[in-house]
Amino acid sequence: MSPVLAGVLQLLALLVALGLSYRPLGDHMARVYSSEKHLRVEKWIYKGIGADPSVEMRWPAYLRGVLAFSAAGLLFLYLLQRVQGSLPGSLGFVSIDPDQAFNTAASFVANTNWQSYYGEQAMGHVVQTGGLAVQNFLSAAVGIAVAVALVRGFARSRTGELGNFWADLVRGTIRILLPISVIGALVLVACGAIQNFAGIHEVGQFTGGAQQWNGGAVASQEVIKELGTNGGGYFNANSAHPFENPNGLSNLFEIYLILVIPFALTRTFGRMVGSLKQGYAILGTMATIWVGFTALMMWTEFAHHGPAFDLAGGAMEGKETRFGIAGSSIFAVATTLTSTGAVNSFHSSYTGFGGGITMLGMQLGEIAPGGVGSGLYGMLIMAIIAVFIAGLMVGRTPEYLGKKIGTREIKFAACYILVTPALVLGFTAVAMALDTPSHSMTNSGAHGFSEILYAYTSGANNNGSAFAGLNADTQWFNTTIGIAMLLGRFLPMVFVLALAGSLAEQKPVPETAGTLRTEKPLFTGLLVGTILIVTGLTYFPALALGPLAEGLAA
Amino acid sequence: MNNSVGSTGRLLWAGLRALLVLTVVCGVLYPLAVTGIAQVAFPGKANGSEVTDASGRVVGSELIGQTYRLPLKEGEETAAPDLRWFQPRPSNGLGSNSVNTRYSIILSGATNRAGDNAELIGWVKDAKATVIKDNSTASYEVKPSDVPADAVTSSGSGLDPHISPEYAKLQVHRIAERNRLDVAAVDRLVADHTDARILGFVGEPRVNVLRLNIALKELVAAKG
Repeated sequence: MSPVLAGVLQLLALLVALGLSYRPLGDHMARVYSSEKHLRVEKWIYKGIGADPSVEMRWPAYLRGVLAFSAAGLLFLYLLQRVQGSLPGSLGFVSIDPDQAFNTAASFVANTNWQSYYGEQAMGHVVQTGGLAVQNFLSAAVGIAVAVALVRGFARSRTGELGNFWADLVRGTIRILLPISVIGALVLVACGAIQNFAGIHEVGQFTGGAQQWNGGAVASQEVIKELGTNGGGYFNANSAHPFENPNGLSNLFEIYLILVIPFALTRTFGRMVGSLKQGYAILGTMATIWVGFTALMMWTEFAHHGPAFDLAGGAMEGKETRFGIAGSSIFAVATTLTSTGAVNSFHSSYTGFGGGITMLGMQLGEIAPGGVGSGLYGMLIMAIIAVFIAGLMVGRTPEYLGKKIGTREIKFAACYILVTPALVLGFTAVAMALDTPSHSMTNSGAHGFSEILYAYTSGANNNGSAFAGLNADTQWFNTTIGIAMLLGRFLPMVFVLALAGSLAEQKPVPETAGTLRTEKPLFTGLLVGTILIVTGLTYFPALALGPLAEGLAA
Repeated sequence: MNNSVGSTGRLLWAGLRALLVLTVVCGVLYPLAVTGIAQVAFPGKANGSEVTDASGRVVGSELIGQTYRLPLKEGEETAAPDLRWFQPRPSNGLGSNSVNTRYSIILSGATNRAGDNAELIGWVKDAKATVIKDNSTASYEVKPSDVPADAVTSSGSGLDPHISPEYAKLQVHRIAERNRLDVAAVDRLVADHTDARILGFVGEPRVNVLRLNIALKELVAAKG
């Protein structure tokens, strides 16, 4: 069988697996966020928090919950790293410097998992398992909660109430993320991922001598790293490390974990707004872009244009034998079209166009299917932009899901889509204009520029992957990328929740003959076009200087 | 909206309590439970898939690549490969421990060099020349077009335990010559240690270098 055919079959297998879990998981999540009942363990947790889960919150209260919880997480994770050197169970690893500790704390709380540290030589068991992996769960649960609040904004009328943040947070963690993680972690161990607390120990070698290894709770962190679209690796090599991703099957499973919740959330959305078809239209948009990007990526990587790849006879630099070109390409697209940023191969050594595809995937706002929660709310914002544009064309007040998209709503949506481009392009421009940031580049020319463009694209969009030749452990990058990650995560959430509040207060407008049918394939096409034109074009000049220049020269 | 210091403080306190409670659940109970089950159900895999040779000595992990080199000679920066053994892929992206230097942990990683990077082009060129020189024998000449991509490129982790079946086959004549074995016997060894795609289409065909070298060692020993 040719590698290309095997790649296509793996993509099809993914489609089937995602299709099979779409209904049960999507419906399960809809029940979780609609149910009136609390599990006993949840009641204990609410008692521990001191929160009443049945109090309905309006958007400012919901937002305050999100921000307070995230601020607590940021502070806790920062302090945990700062005192690592004095904590037991840290393998004797030293405390992390302030700028890197800030960067890492911001990164994990913002669901980004950008890493300017080397996992295996910097973070001990306590920080990895008790700090970083915990935020993998919680930042994911926060993302889903905000998405659900927006969906309630569409579903509810004449209220302004969006649900209870603490209940959404706890339920997402306990009823969705944890059960899948337990099963998933064991699947990964069965494939060969490690799960122990052996610390650093020596293992003999074939020709004599010994290798030093880190033990650790790797599988349990790996599974939530993918499922929660986080992406921060236990080891520096991330999911390319054989202890994180031991074989082709675990590779396919990890890609599945990355995509399963973001896709299924469109079903949850359809259920909660009372029209499954509306969910399918959103799903269709996501799937179209995802499959299209994957096909393009496989094409450019198999074609392997570039002097070094031509010489080698294939684009295998930075890729593992057991995954090959296809398994690496599928992973690279899944991880950059979501906010994951885990890598099983190193994007910096992709072809010029391949690197460009990973960047464009993030720049579209990571909405196909996007991060857990953030993918859905990002896509719904784009849907609002699309109905607005369609409304302008026919001269009607736009509406979506029975809600009028008026001045207030479109302002929030516009603010949302301006945040990340402003952060990415602004920071990139400043970094390029300054003297020292470019000293961090490993490659020169167009690819060197791409390293910095990629870094801010990844940070502001909460992805976390890198053109890792860039030495990002400098005060400049630790600080500015840290700020980009926090603003890129929480400013959009402010606009989403404000929008949700405004929608929930409206009374529904009855559907008329002039209503744009947003559940039809025509709308899916309009939405794909809007995404590619509105956000794609924003970045075109920057992409032309980096990956396009590199790809066209090859 | 009440923005007084008191209510902000109360809110942050609630956030912190929520964080601590959920840290106990997700950061203590969950990893301990998974570790417990994993250690009972899959002890070998959970502890790193260690491999022993015929004498029962642990010689590494099935999953972690290693080097097969001669002892470092004086004046050399890196030890020369021991050409009696099958050689793995290059690993130019591997780093060494620079933070906690009382350990000598291998730092996994890739080169991150772009396709037009001069250094990478140089590495590929050199690796190709070496592969051709090392693997050509009196009766077997390696052509540049025979050399597969994985033989001259570094992997993502730098710890790739596998090589492609093509690269393993390329090394057969050299291995046979250096160990005074039949080419056919070494060919069979490679064929026996070639793993096909899982379920026929998942992943790529590959050869585990450590497993192959252990079997090779046994073959050499059996021949006496």
